[in-house]
Amino acid sequence: MTVTPGSAAVADADRPLRRRVRLDAVGALVTREWWTFRRVWLAPTFGSVFEPTLYLVAFGYGFGALVTDVAGVPYLDYMATGAAAIAVLFTASLGPALNGFFRRASTHLYDALLGTPIDVEEIVTGEAVWTGLRCAGVALATVVVAAAFGVRLVATVVFVPVIGWLAGFGFACLFAALGARMRSPHQLPFIVAGAFLPIFLVSWAFFPLTDAPAWLRWPSLFNPMTHLVAVLRAAALGVGTTVEVLTGVAVLVTNATLSWMLAVRWLRRALIV
Amino acid sequence: MRATPATATSPGVGAVGAIVWREWRVFRRIWLAPTVGSVVEPILYLLVFGYGFGALVAEVAGISYLEFMATGAAANAVLLTALMTGAFQGFFRRTADHLYDGLLSAPIRVADVVTGEAAWTAVRSAGVTVTTMAVARVFGVGLASSVLWVPVIGLLGGFAFACLGAAIGARIRSDKQLDVVIAGVFAPMFVVSWTFFPLDGAPVWLQWPARLSPLTHMVALLRAAAFGHTATADVAVHAGLLLGFTLLFWMLAVRWLRRAVVS
Amino acid sequence: MDVAEPGPTKHAHQRPTVDASRGTSAAPLPAIRVSGVVKRFGEVLALDDLDLVVPRSATFGLLGPNGAGKSTLMRLLTGTAVPTAGHVDVLGMSLPDDAVAVRSRTGLVPQADNLDDELTCVEHLTVYARLYGIAARDRADAVAAGLAFARLSDRADTLTSQLSGGMRRRLQIARGLLHRPDLVLLDEPTVGLDPQIRQDVWRQVDAIRASGATVVLTTHYIEEAERLCDDVAIIDRGRVLVRGHPGRLVAEHIGSDVVVEVHGDDALRRRVEAAADVARIPHRSAGTSVAVFTAEIDAAIGDDVHLLPGDLDHRLRRPANLEDVFVSLTGELLS
Repeated sequence: MTVTPGSAAVADADRPLRRRVRLDAVGALVTREWWTFRRVWLAPTFGSVFEPTLYLVAFGYGFGALVTDVAGVPYLDYMATGAAAIAVLFTASLGPALNGFFRRASTHLYDALLGTPIDVEEIVTGEAVWTGLRCAGVALATVVVAAAFGVRLVATVVFVPVIGWLAGFGFACLFAALGARMRSPHQLPFIVAGAFLPIFLVSWAFFPLTDAPAWLRWPSLFNPMTHLVAVLRAAALGVGTTVEVLTGVAVLVTNATLSWMLAVRWLRRALIV
Repeated sequence: MRATPATATSPGVGAVGAIVWREWRVFRRIWLAPTVGSVVEPILYLLVFGYGFGALVAEVAGISYLEFMATGAAANAVLLTALMTGAFQGFFRRTADHLYDGLLSAPIRVADVVTGEAAWTAVRSAGVTVTTMAVARVFGVGLASSVLWVPVIGLLGGFAFACLGAAIGARIRSDKQLDVVIAGVFAPMFVVSWTFFPLDGAPVWLQWPARLSPLTHMVALLRAAAFGHTATADVAVHAGLLLGFTLLFWMLAVRWLRRAVVS
Repeated sequence: MDVAEPGPTKHAHQRPTVDASRGTSAAPLPAIRVSGVVKRFGEVLALDDLDLVVPRSATFGLLGPNGAGKSTLMRLLTGTAVPTAGHVDVLGMSLPDDAVAVRSRTGLVPQADNLDDELTCVEHLTVYARLYGIAARDRADAVAAGLAFARLSDRADTLTSQLSGGMRRRLQIARGLLHRPDLVLLDEPTVGLDPQIRQDVWRQVDAIRASGATVVLTTHYIEEAERLCDDVAIIDRGRVLVRGHPGRLVAEHIGSDVVVEVHGDDALRRRVEAAADVARIPHRSAGTSVAVFTAEIDAAIGDDVHLLPGDLDHRLRRPANLEDVFVSLTGELLS
């Protein structure tokens, strides 16, 4: 594989991307994650599947006893796709943020990787691709569990893993970027209160916000989670307009791109001194 | 964090006091992040659930949904603060920092360590309930005069969950197991304890975990205190159960930590 | 002992920047050229106008106390740090621009123990073989050679978390050699290891030298620098103090190859220091001993020193070493 050499010397750690990302190296990093994961898969998977199921069941029956139909579907069905989105967010948020911190500061894993002919771009891509794969898995698993509880699915449910991957990639990059900024584990509450909780709550995962006040509705539309819920709902249950779906996919793609660039920038600043 | 031996002191109250003091000193240096969290979180929950879901339902279990959610958020905040702190600290301080080896080289007992750490976490939990109710007040939630009991309940509940967390932290062997505990213990308690919604309309197999969850009793007490529904029989039952859980968790924590550290 | 022979790489999948200033002269490009490099971290000046040229196939050591700038220089050579001023060239390629190209022909053995705990030895090496871009058909051989070099062939399927400290270090070294680099960088290779294991690691470095690769290592152990390197630069506070063959440095800066150490109490020490000052012989004190850098001290000190109560001879003759050079230059100890 040839790599375009750099031109003039630029002693600036924030130089823009001027080469193609090495996909073979990304593949090696994803394989590495998979080999590690299959040894310890039980615990994280249990969490990523059990928790959303729990939310589905608890909220589905708890809230479901208080309301009936929401946005044109039974509340349980609505919560099913919300739970799938929650599963994606849980898998792709605090894990990548903490990973980024501990791999950087404690185990010095990135130092070893940066001795090989890769750079920060490959590291970010590799981790996000892998997390995306896990998110695809948990999204699908949640939807399957929902079906077991009687939620009726339509044929386009096969798109659920793809959407889960896309959203997972984006969130993983976003939280990896935030994790790259952490100087100590004590700063985690900032990420939780400042990013995770707003994304988690000011979305449409638990209930639609059509009747909420405008100052709550507008921020939710900028939240990729809201669109993830909408697209998942369309794919799994067949409800929602084409515009909603196209907008949602566009937002998820934009999130993936912008978050990737942010993660590369901030991780580079943390790793290249 | 380096292991700092506690100053030589008699076991019992003196030792517990030394440990609480130590915790306070550490907290002073890193107070900003947890405090910001404890204020922002209730705001978010109240905003989203209160207005979002509150738009769909009006009354729940005799009070408005906003009131229901406010007290639920306070209880959840205690769970989050106390259980997580107890478990994470209990595990990482033992395995990575070897803090307990240092502390126990001084003439103090395991029980002192558990009590001291849980006491500090209880104080923080009480603080968290206060900030949550303050935010609720700003959102227009009416509070009765018995709301002064809220920090006391927060203190007791915080102590209970801190001990539970410490017990878990003493028991687990790896941080992967910690993830399992978060998913298997924390999350169910978080959602099936009458904090977000009542469970009297739910299927029976969901109601039983709710009754067994200490959080359910804590939030019931919080609601009674905040809104003045101190119908004594119920309150006595919930209080008694919460006290019982506290004692049980404390004993477990001491037992398991002793087993883990004193070999 | 099996040796995986590092050497000129066959995996030239990068086209490096041509160093135009060298033209097409016959002299090979140096392995490393550092010119006028300054590195600041906020207020702290880690490297202060550093110049260094390391020729190919040398075994070069950078010796200095903690905080001297050794690790910073290592990071500059791998492109994980960027100089505040000055220029860094490795194997004719310019850093940090061509960092990825440089890494494809450099092998790094980092100071920290950063093995993947949840992978087996063979999985770990395979991941890195792929990262180094070793072609699929050559990968299995490279990994097998790496395991053999690390003497872990029979532990191929053992998790790295279950290896001993020495094994982990051997694996880290083998990891850095998978792609047969032209330049091998070792950052404090034996810090924290038992004496037995250190000998083992030194033998591995010997093997790397024998294959013709350029070796650059940093250390704060004098015996390591003396044992492994034929060219040493002593660095302190971000500057190179002296450079040369260890023996030559000792001869130039100490003058003789023997040092007399006098052990005793404060009073004895002060007497010896005074006598040495009068005779203008350089000396240094550490703990309960005074090291005097020449055998001629006998005449200067006088007879009474070495016949103190108990007829003990308080003098100890030992060969001069690089630490004495460091002390004579800076007045401080290396460790």
